[in-house]
Amino acid sequence: MLNQKTTAVAMSGGVDSSVVAGMLHRAGERVVGMTMQLWNQRRLPELVPENPTGRCCSLDDVYDARHVAQLLGIPYYVVNFEDRFEEQVVKPFVREYMAGRTPIPCTLCNNFIKFDQFLEMAEGAGASDIATGHYAQITRNDQTGRWEMRRSVDRAKDQTYFLFGLTQEQLARTRFPLGGMEKSQVRELARELGIPTAAKPDSQEICFVPNGDYAGFIDSYAREQGLAPQDLSGEIVTSNGKAMGEHAGVHHFTVGQRRGLGVAAGEPLYVISTEPETRRVVIGRDKELRRSSMMVSGVNWISIGAPTEPVRAQVKIRNKHAAAPATLIPKAADPSRIEVRFDEPQRAVTPGQGAVFYAEELVLGGGWIESTPE
Amino acid sequence: MAPLFAQTFGNASSIHFEGQQARALLDDAHRKVALMIGARAEEIIFTSGGTEADNLAVFGAVNASGHLITTSVEHPAVLQAAGMLPSVTVVPVNGNGVVDSDDIRRAIRPSTQLISVMHVNNELGVVQPVEEIAKIARQAGVLFHCDGVQAVGKLPVKMAAVGADLYTLSAHKIYGPKGIGALYVRKGTQLRPLVYGGPHERKMRAGTENVPGAVGFAHAADWVMEHSAGEMTRQQALRVRLEEKVRAEVSGAHINGCGARRVANTSNIRFDGIDSEPLLISLDLQGFAVSSGSACSSGATEPSHVLLAIGLTREQARSSIRISLGRRNDEEQVDALAGAIVKSVARLRKLAPAYA
Repeated sequence: MLNQKTTAVAMSGGVDSSVVAGMLHRAGERVVGMTMQLWNQRRLPELVPENPTGRCCSLDDVYDARHVAQLLGIPYYVVNFEDRFEEQVVKPFVREYMAGRTPIPCTLCNNFIKFDQFLEMAEGAGASDIATGHYAQITRNDQTGRWEMRRSVDRAKDQTYFLFGLTQEQLARTRFPLGGMEKSQVRELARELGIPTAAKPDSQEICFVPNGDYAGFIDSYAREQGLAPQDLSGEIVTSNGKAMGEHAGVHHFTVGQRRGLGVAAGEPLYVISTEPETRRVVIGRDKELRRSSMMVSGVNWISIGAPTEPVRAQVKIRNKHAAAPATLIPKAADPSRIEVRFDEPQRAVTPGQGAVFYAEELVLGGGWIESTPE
Repeated sequence: MAPLFAQTFGNASSIHFEGQQARALLDDAHRKVALMIGARAEEIIFTSGGTEADNLAVFGAVNASGHLITTSVEHPAVLQAAGMLPSVTVVPVNGNGVVDSDDIRRAIRPSTQLISVMHVNNELGVVQPVEEIAKIARQAGVLFHCDGVQAVGKLPVKMAAVGADLYTLSAHKIYGPKGIGALYVRKGTQLRPLVYGGPHERKMRAGTENVPGAVGFAHAADWVMEHSAGEMTRQQALRVRLEEKVRAEVSGAHINGCGARRVANTSNIRFDGIDSEPLLISLDLQGFAVSSGSACSSGATEPSHVLLAIGLTREQARSSIRISLGRRNDEEQVDALAGAIVKSVARLRKLAPAYA
């Protein structure tokens, strides 16, 4: 049975991954469904609201994924990565937030779980490649010999911002069958394939944080872990050091945030930066939020090799950001770090977030925003 | 079994003739299941399965002020039930999964009301010294419950020899239907019911009797009485063949519990440096249905409590698979399984180079 090429589909129970399993199966491929158990929702019960949204790994999701696998008649397994997910995604998420940065756990999960642990599990089980419901396109460039990544046809669903860490080896064994489709086509195909979750809403926010309450999650997790209740409260100050008020913890704030500052002023004020060492939150006017350059570290190059000369690109600094024209300036000593100089200063360049470099549709690569020098 | 769902549809507790026909089948089932273990028909209480029988024994024999003694390798049906009691001693086992009966003796207190030790461990297949424990219990005036779900059909099991007051059976472990089991209750044993209602099963288990299930159970018991001795000799040879092949061709393969007396069909094998999860999936995709831990704990994060209890590390416990041979397996299948294990383990070790 294993002689035929087998593809393991990461099935979340949602529409997208169900359609992936369905379309590959319909095309006559040998498909195995697998659901990753990543987080136990019952661990922090005080966080579970009455009408939760964006919950990962609930029994309902496993039930939905299994139901789809049964309808298709494909083998299906739940694989458990809870330990790894906590170490590689949840703990860094909590640590980064407490250190005053704004992390993106979805990228960590892609780098360390989905395209690492899951790929390894799939290969161990005898599959030659994996397929997921991500919206992105992978193609091989025969001239350069590299695997390239492009934004999805449905621009509103494009997930390349979270996929900048994929290595050439991972791309070679990964398929994104939805990258060339519009979401409306996917839903239509779901109905056509008889997938019962066709009308299920898209997942939102960070999967293990109920209702997007990051600070609440971090507080509960720290309590559960018996971490000494760290006092992260401090002063709210202006950029020239004038005290404006007090706050309950730096982890409640993210760069660019306007709401919840509790400070009255004649004009809108925003978080300019958070300083975990002094526990100060610096606020200021919109103008002060803008940065014309940033250092990016941990860079992974996808569609091109590490450049040695400056490269023109469009750079995205958060998922909803319209990529801004910039020049990438390599640091000769270290190809994993690069300086980005924007043509126009950008608002709320946030350390800890990803920076992804595009040449129109092509994803050149990406890394983590390290600092934003003045 | 099948005709009973439609034709002999009577309620075995009804007065009318249809009911009487069902009653006759039910009475016959009690006799056959009893005969299989050398008991009397009236000593067999049908339940919904092994779990309910274990719960009936634990909650039926131990009251709020009583003390229970059990072991660290019991089935969750006993251990989880024990967890609901205020006073429990969990006796450890040795590296092969066998409990020392002297440890049981030493755990007895004036308030001890029940000792519950399984006959054969479901994950390792090792046999416990239940006859000795029965003697210790009798001397101390304490009831002895033995979970025999994995023993019946694999060992000669006669109540006179085992000496238990309460003994759990499950039909599906001897190829009967799922959803029926039984608790043997030695005549004269005082037990409180778990399920209240009508006076069914000698007032020990209320609820309309599962006649189709009981008939299936009896049918399975017939087969055990007739064939199990020869079948176990055959399976023993198959297991020896499997374990020898795997040990000869895979380095770092260990048989968990191999230093103890084991039933013929169970083999729990540990592979150094291997995660059992992809190995199981890989074997399943090749047509071999093996498991890790018990079927009840699949998909759980926690490694098998049985393997931890015999002193394995969490990692070692997660490197173990459990193979159960059955009546339909033959030499050719066993050789194919051994070959698939050899190949899959080699492939996994190549993928995860941590193992040198």
